[in-house]
Amino acid sequence: MAVKASAETQSKSQTWERINGFLNKYGIVIILLAMFIAFSLLSEGFFTTRNIFNIIRQISFMGLIAIGVTMVIITGGIDLGSGSVLALAAVVATSLAQIQTSATLKYPGLIVPVIVPIGAALAIGALTGVINGSLIAKFKIPPFIATLGMMTVARGFALIYSNKPLSQLTPEYNFIGQGEIFGVPFPVIILITVAILAHIMLNNVPFGRYIYALGGNEQAARISGVNIDRVKIGVYTIAGLLSGLAGLVVSSRVGSGQPGQGVGIELDAIAAAVIGGTSLSGGIGTIWGTIVGALIIGVLDNGLILLNVDQYWITIVKGSIIVVAVIIDQRKNR
Amino acid sequence: MDQDNVLVMEHISKSFPGVKALSDVHLTVRRGTVHALMGENGAGKSTLMKVLIGMYIPDEGSISFLGNPVKIENTQQALRMGISMIHQELSPEPYMTVAENIYLGREPVGRLGLIDKKKMVADTRALLERLEININPNAVMRTLSVANTQMVEIAKAISYDSSLIIMDEPTSAITEREVAQLFRMIRTLREQGVGIIYITHKMDEVFQIADEITVLRDGQYIATVPAAQTDRNSLIAMMVGRELTNLFPKEDAPIGEVVLSVRNLTRNGIVHDVSFDLRRGEILGLSGLMGAGRTEVIEGIFGIKPIDAGTITIMGKEVQIKSPTDAIRHGMALLTEDRKLTGIMGVLSVRDNMMIASLESYAKAGFLNKKIINETCAREKTRLELKTPSMDQLIRNLSGGNQQKVLVSRWLLTVPEILILDEPTRGIDVGAKSEIHRLMSKLAQEGKAIIMISSELPEILGMSDRVLVMHDGRVGGEFARKDATQENIMRAATGQGEVAAV
Repeated sequence: MAVKASAETQSKSQTWERINGFLNKYGIVIILLAMFIAFSLLSEGFFTTRNIFNIIRQISFMGLIAIGVTMVIITGGIDLGSGSVLALAAVVATSLAQIQTSATLKYPGLIVPVIVPIGAALAIGALTGVINGSLIAKFKIPPFIATLGMMTVARGFALIYSNKPLSQLTPEYNFIGQGEIFGVPFPVIILITVAILAHIMLNNVPFGRYIYALGGNEQAARISGVNIDRVKIGVYTIAGLLSGLAGLVVSSRVGSGQPGQGVGIELDAIAAAVIGGTSLSGGIGTIWGTIVGALIIGVLDNGLILLNVDQYWITIVKGSIIVVAVIIDQRKNR
Repeated sequence: MDQDNVLVMEHISKSFPGVKALSDVHLTVRRGTVHALMGENGAGKSTLMKVLIGMYIPDEGSISFLGNPVKIENTQQALRMGISMIHQELSPEPYMTVAENIYLGREPVGRLGLIDKKKMVADTRALLERLEININPNAVMRTLSVANTQMVEIAKAISYDSSLIIMDEPTSAITEREVAQLFRMIRTLREQGVGIIYITHKMDEVFQIADEITVLRDGQYIATVPAAQTDRNSLIAMMVGRELTNLFPKEDAPIGEVVLSVRNLTRNGIVHDVSFDLRRGEILGLSGLMGAGRTEVIEGIFGIKPIDAGTITIMGKEVQIKSPTDAIRHGMALLTEDRKLTGIMGVLSVRDNMMIASLESYAKAGFLNKKIINETCAREKTRLELKTPSMDQLIRNLSGGNQQKVLVSRWLLTVPEILILDEPTRGIDVGAKSEIHRLMSKLAQEGKAIIMISSELPEILGMSDRVLVMHDGRVGGEFARKDATQENIMRAATGQGEVAAV
């Protein structure tokens, strides 16, 4: 910008730049706060500890996926398969966590510690990520197509595995989605922990900086010695792993694994990332931005329902907000 | 007299921020003649042609076309007036057919407003037959060879029935057989009274086909001469005869042992049998005209593109370099030619851009040591006199010279032994340029070995201990500092190296 300007105009433009920078950085937080205040004034039930935890718990699975998707988008890619991977992980995990009296028992006589379904869900998620990443890095398939394929394939496998809900799960399994520690819902703890770890990885580990470098200029990153293929495969693997984790949380929250779970959740996750300032052209994005983006979507959903707004109107409002967020993003990056 | 001239350009000047690209340039093309436009890279040929076809608006000067004064404001207008151009860089629509490419933007339309494909294909077939080009009008462009793609471009330019056709390096991608064919076409056009501006670096072609020659140098008009009344040597003298100014010459540095040894490097069809040595403390200038294969050699050495044959030896050990990661591990660094395309990561901070190549050496137990990184950045900022408000600033907001300094710093932080600098001062201001020259001298004194690619002869002459001249993918000549002159280098670069040897 105005690096060479005269002293006077420089100080003026610096003030302006500072205001601009502040709005760029904290604009969405201001929007979130404004929504909070508005809904608090309009609806009595909104601003209560219970409802706030409720909102965070509701966005927790979508938030987990959004964290993975944010990293993918920063590399300049996209992940459309998250919702289907969530469902596949959920049905496999719940089939390993049913109590023996369950009406839909898949494996009679099978009793395994809770770590087994957890490991299975995470492994399935990670495996789908490795496949996505390899297709994209080694076979040069556009991310949109590779993960679109995964979207339908994983959903198909989930339906083949079980075409009905797998319910009546062990208490240990149900704790993942329903338990509380010191009054804080466990899904909220999972989301916050993952968000912190992801933030540290993106900012304090070389791999994290390579994610940005890849999205900033793939060719330059390659010439600078970054192993592009490894970064791509790694990032999709993390995204897959988080989809598997979301499958655990969602199935234990509702007490059953269903092949139809998570339909469309990938779009909400992408929306959360974009509202939070992640640039679809790559190189730009933060975890805390995405969490704020997810909260905006959650608050909107929750607040509008409390105000008895028609569900169809809610989808219209959400869609409009996403488009506006991208318009702001474009103007910022001119 | 005026009816004889297709084109008269007078007193044309054009400035860009910081550069005077054209200064009081003249060009007169007579009806039915081939007019060669010559000059080194950066002499202003392309800028002058862009003014002519309306891509640039000149600051000063007048253009008269077919006897009428004209103002050309865009390329469509130039085409309508009767000026068409064969561009050096081919830009076909790869998924369209030959016919669709030739009639792009002026498709014959039938009664219902639909494209009359039959007529389009028939017209294309007639055109290609008339020009004796053997290509199917229905072939999809991307299935054609580079040479055939070029022939389609040539046919397209001719199909406008223009009074003036500009040909910018039309033979760079085609074989001798097609060159002969092109020259037949040119002679036919000449007989029909068409004026042709022919831009080339190839001396042979100029004396084969040109009637008159205009020489530009550093954006200035030098002379216009009839081709029959000049020869190669006087042409070369006109092209390079400039004073060496604004230069920071290389300071003496002790020249040590060989650190890099390249033997018979070959990339099929692009680089042939290139061999050279590079010593500690030495700056090896890699010269040559555009498209001579300089960057392509470097891409092979640095593992960006695979090589088909040849060996690379570093510090006496033969090494396999399959990726830039390998090259960096063996102590090489590459400052690329195109800062925007392969250098900076625009939306990332100055800090990220500076640290990317050496990041792993700043990690302890897997975590980056932010304190040391910030100290390193601050030190680099002082050392390179980097002008940036902060290290968090996005690099794209910096000036070209400062961006280049960040990239130089990126590579110095990898502590390389061999630095390859591809056009290190292109497009940056004079101040930053001399700072980079000074830094190169200092690095050589510290015992680094440097390869510098440059299209600017004064830079090559001022900075190099030794000059390797590329021509047509091969080493066209090699000169020690004391033997390197502008004339020698130009001769070798235009494939006249044997003349110098006699």
